[in-house]
Amino acid sequence: MRAALGELAIARPKTLAEALAEVDPKAHSTPAVPIAGGTDLYVYLNAGTLEAPRFVDLWGLRELRGIRESGEALRLGATTTMSQIREHPLLARRYPALVQAAAEVGGRQIQNRATIAGNIANASPAGDSLPALLAYDAIVQAKSARGGRTLPFESFYQGYRKLALAPGELIVAVDLPPPAARATHFFRKVGTRRAQSISKVVFAGLLRLDRAGLVEQVRLAYGSMAPVPLRARAAEEALLDEKLNAPTVARARAALERDLSPIDDIRSDREYRRQVAGNLLEQFLRLAAKRK
Amino acid sequence: MSEVTLRLTVNGKTHRVRVPPMKRLLDVLRDECKLTGTKEGCGEGECGACTVLIDGRSANSCLVPAVQADGAKILTVEGLSKDGRLSALQRLFVEGGGAQCGICTPGMLVSAHELLARAKGRVPSENEVREALAGNLCRCTGYQKIVDAVRAAARGGRAW
Amino acid sequence: MPRVRSTGRATKPASPDGSVGVSIPKLEAHEKVTGAALYLDDLRVPGMLHGRTVRSTVARGRIRKITLDPAFDWTGVTVADHKDIPGDNVVALIEEDQPLLAAHEIRHAEEPILLLAHESAERVEKALRAVRIEVELLEPVLTVEQALAAKQLLYKDTNIFKEIRIDRGDAASALRSAGVAGTALVEGTYRTGHQEQLYIENNAMLAERTEDGGLLVRGSLQCPYYVHKALMRAFGLPAEKVRVAQTVTGGGFGGKEEYPSMIGGHAALLAWKSGKPVKIVYDRLEDIAATTKRHPSQTRIRSLVDRDGSLLALDIDILMDGGAYVTLSPVVLSRGAIHAAGPYRCANTSIRARAVATSTPPNGAFRGFGAPQTQFAMECHMDRIARQLKLDPLEVRRKNAVREGDVTPTGQVLTESVGAHEVLERTVRRSHYEAKRKRYAQENVAAARAERAGRFDGRGRRVRRGIGLALVYHGAGFTGGGEVKLASLAAIDITPRGRPRILSASTEIGQGTRTIFAQMVGDALGVPAEFVEVETPDTGLVPDSGPTVASRTCMVVGGMLVDAAREMRAELTAFHGAEWSDAPGFERAARRYLAEHGALRAEKRYRRLAELSWDDDTYRGDAYGVFSYAACTVEVEVDLDTGETTLLSVTTAHDIGKAIHPVLATGQIEGGIVQGLGWALLEDVRWKDGRVWNHQLTNYIIPTAVDVPTLDVEIVEIPYSRGPFGAKGVGELPMDAPAPAVVSAIAHATGIQIDEVPVLPEKLLRAHSQASVG
Repeated sequence: MRAALGELAIARPKTLAEALAEVDPKAHSTPAVPIAGGTDLYVYLNAGTLEAPRFVDLWGLRELRGIRESGEALRLGATTTMSQIREHPLLARRYPALVQAAAEVGGRQIQNRATIAGNIANASPAGDSLPALLAYDAIVQAKSARGGRTLPFESFYQGYRKLALAPGELIVAVDLPPPAARATHFFRKVGTRRAQSISKVVFAGLLRLDRAGLVEQVRLAYGSMAPVPLRARAAEEALLDEKLNAPTVARARAALERDLSPIDDIRSDREYRRQVAGNLLEQFLRLAAKRK
Repeated sequence: MSEVTLRLTVNGKTHRVRVPPMKRLLDVLRDECKLTGTKEGCGEGECGACTVLIDGRSANSCLVPAVQADGAKILTVEGLSKDGRLSALQRLFVEGGGAQCGICTPGMLVSAHELLARAKGRVPSENEVREALAGNLCRCTGYQKIVDAVRAAARGGRAW
Repeated sequence: MPRVRSTGRATKPASPDGSVGVSIPKLEAHEKVTGAALYLDDLRVPGMLHGRTVRSTVARGRIRKITLDPAFDWTGVTVADHKDIPGDNVVALIEEDQPLLAAHEIRHAEEPILLLAHESAERVEKALRAVRIEVELLEPVLTVEQALAAKQLLYKDTNIFKEIRIDRGDAASALRSAGVAGTALVEGTYRTGHQEQLYIENNAMLAERTEDGGLLVRGSLQCPYYVHKALMRAFGLPAEKVRVAQTVTGGGFGGKEEYPSMIGGHAALLAWKSGKPVKIVYDRLEDIAATTKRHPSQTRIRSLVDRDGSLLALDIDILMDGGAYVTLSPVVLSRGAIHAAGPYRCANTSIRARAVATSTPPNGAFRGFGAPQTQFAMECHMDRIARQLKLDPLEVRRKNAVREGDVTPTGQVLTESVGAHEVLERTVRRSHYEAKRKRYAQENVAAARAERAGRFDGRGRRVRRGIGLALVYHGAGFTGGGEVKLASLAAIDITPRGRPRILSASTEIGQGTRTIFAQMVGDALGVPAEFVEVETPDTGLVPDSGPTVASRTCMVVGGMLVDAAREMRAELTAFHGAEWSDAPGFERAARRYLAEHGALRAEKRYRRLAELSWDDDTYRGDAYGVFSYAACTVEVEVDLDTGETTLLSVTTAHDIGKAIHPVLATGQIEGGIVQGLGWALLEDVRWKDGRVWNHQLTNYIIPTAVDVPTLDVEIVEIPYSRGPFGAKGVGELPMDAPAPAVVSAIAHATGIQIDEVPVLPEKLLRAHSQASVG
């Protein structure tokens, strides 16, 4: 049942400070729900699954936009859109997995409006950019009316759709530390069709071999395979300091079973997801092994 | 709930409207601006029938709250022809079978317009066109004649 | 009433030979590309109310109590139930089993029970939530197996809506003799699921009471006279008091063939009760959940074949799920059964087809209407025969495809316009099918070997490629005696300005009706197509030329209009004493005629073709005047890591007799093929307790532009002597070949034959793992 949009209020802050005041639980008993591109929120409103009387519009806030260098890291403003991620030359060079994810989030119309913070805050386990953020050790910058703090993205979800943000906190930026040089970057989304789809399995990988051909650094990040997007730590462990030969790959694949807990849902089933997750890992490792 | 007054420039003309702030841009265009060319096909941002350009970027207007269009420049299908003259793209759709039932056509044309504007005279490949139109579902044409029309328009050299 | 006026400034036809065969600009496309075309939801009428439907959330039960929450403010809300229906509570179609609103019984989820209307769309949405319906649950019948077991009776005492038998020769004896040297028995069972038409414009209607105590209903529809007939019954009104008019319609594909009678009746009932105009526009969630779908099918085929691939005997058993009410199941079953043996020669053919009742939303018309389902089975079966005999699938088609003079299972002699071999060879040639069959087979073996040695493609993938083939046919017009029973009437008159005006109930739903009618009539009258007006399909203005279905619009109704035009031309020429050389000349002659005689109108009623005969009781005779034929190849790349199938190419040749408008005809073929590809790979209706689970566009997946490749279409014209300008039917034929061609290609690529659609990656991967283990 569609929400009665005519009855909803929305605050239009001109600054970040004003926006933080709108979501401050100390200032409002019903804190406002932040809205940026609206590509998830309006779907919920149309389906009648979101009951919230008050919103706060973050879309136009200049403090939340822009991509710039911040020390050695690249800082993405919270409302950086997927299109902006795609079009940024530095991102394409350094973080290809994230750029590829942004290109597969939906059609152009969605990419022009969907934001990186929105993808994070929506907290769907199927969020396409989230495994890439995990693979790149992203760091979330959060602010509230009382100050700011830093949260490593890998501990950002405390459970299914449960953010580590405290009440009154907004994501203001996402930092990407410089990725390892000479690494193989990989991203693959298996969706319900070739474009404009929700993922059944989504995987981002990063791997670097040392001069002896041993795995020096590895990140294996999955979405749609657990209540939260996560790193497959047991599988990573099985690869570290090993040569990428058949026994290692088999051990990593077996270890993956401990990391992931796929389910049956409206889009796919657990057995398919389990198989595909392992197959994507192997595909990634084939590519990583070829790189000298 | 209280209404707000917004200024939208649609197809070069400024509209002052008084609407509930979270009313969908799609509905503001169709109701207040009386431009019914933009259509609703799904209300979930999947079909693209509601596609408009907001400050040059395509968006599903069924997912945009009215307040975010305040002060924005919006292009709808009605803005593609100038003084009753069809754009090259529109003409190619008419002649080349790009429109069958026509319900997806407004959104499809707007998305194609964005592609052609950004291609700046270059002729996009068939794959590029398909990718640019991936967010516009068509059930009638099978897409072939739409893709052909967009590439032919690019070869003609102008989006207008 | 919005009128369609010809826009053209053209004074002469498109070419010296006329405009038939020329791809003139689609006549109503200008409004469509400028956003000026008015679809139903674009219409606003003063005092209009928004209507919504309260529906059952359970699959089967008895309504015990309906409560309107007293805490809700019902001021201004119109509430209508079955007791408000002035006439009969029935949606008149074939049988009278489906009520307009459920009275006491619920037979399927989403069955309409109550109707609400209010000035504010948001208010009536809230009112929906304030209705409580108490239902005593009954055991639903959710599968065809349960239906046949007949423990719960939904329909008469067998749950079988309809059974059809078609027999030629003696298949039973022939199959018993299997094992005779040189023959082989090949058996298979094939399944197809529901498919949603997914027109991009949802169902929509606007109804108002008229001053003469009648009704005016406008909406998105294919058949204004179907709605007209249904409203007469539901409101007890005579024909002249009910007026139904089509608005610009955003796609139909059969989904707006009979369903509009339901939503039209609902809008009308709310308008009747409130005294105000009422608009009902479904949102996508409601449209997918509640409206008709393609009948799911399972078909078992047993065949006796010769070692060289010739079909000696066929025994085909078809089961279709009709849903909770009869609607069009008997006719879908009929077309499916008649096409079940494919365009092949087989002297001993036995076909048994049954449509059963289940406690699910009734299924209905969807492009192809039974023939895609049964030909999917037959084409997969021909591939199975090929595999078992170690022949290429092409060989088996070549061996058995019909030619002129061959006889169908109903005993029809195919006397002319039989393009089966022509389309097959052209498609095979264009697609380089034979070379690719060899090449892909070799490459796949090489790829498997390389992978075992640790070598993969540049992206580290494990892929296999294949090419598959299908050959199909499709009869044009209503089956058997259907056209005679319809007794369609079409007319042409002259407007006060002196222009010819087409009067028919055939609707433009994107396929090009308006344009091809104007071309054909224009040529018959010697004037440009743009000069011919086409009246809105409005029952107050046009005669009943029958529904816009069954691939009959061009061949049957177009044919009648051409005859009418010729009669008009003869009459006008006789009066005028001379021919005219251009449109102004026609106009002058016509206006002189009007000045003298007041009016000029030529009318044609469908006349049975003397050479056709059909027996409904024995199901023998000429099922259709003529068949159209198509062959299709599909090339695929299958990713063994994900089970995903990428379409690399599609090539097809379609024999349609004559392309009145090549671009529009090609457009029909391309659009139908992509719907077939979607059915093959992506479109899956999922159920939970008898309710559609995936009733959003995020979850019901149709192809985007990226999901389908370039489509290569060749039109073959083998004229039909009884078709206007030689034309046969084209609307539905494109739906029949793609799905089995995809399955065939996947089998070629992977060695795995999946005998059902959609071939979801989950299915393919599971089958592949099982095959690898074995």
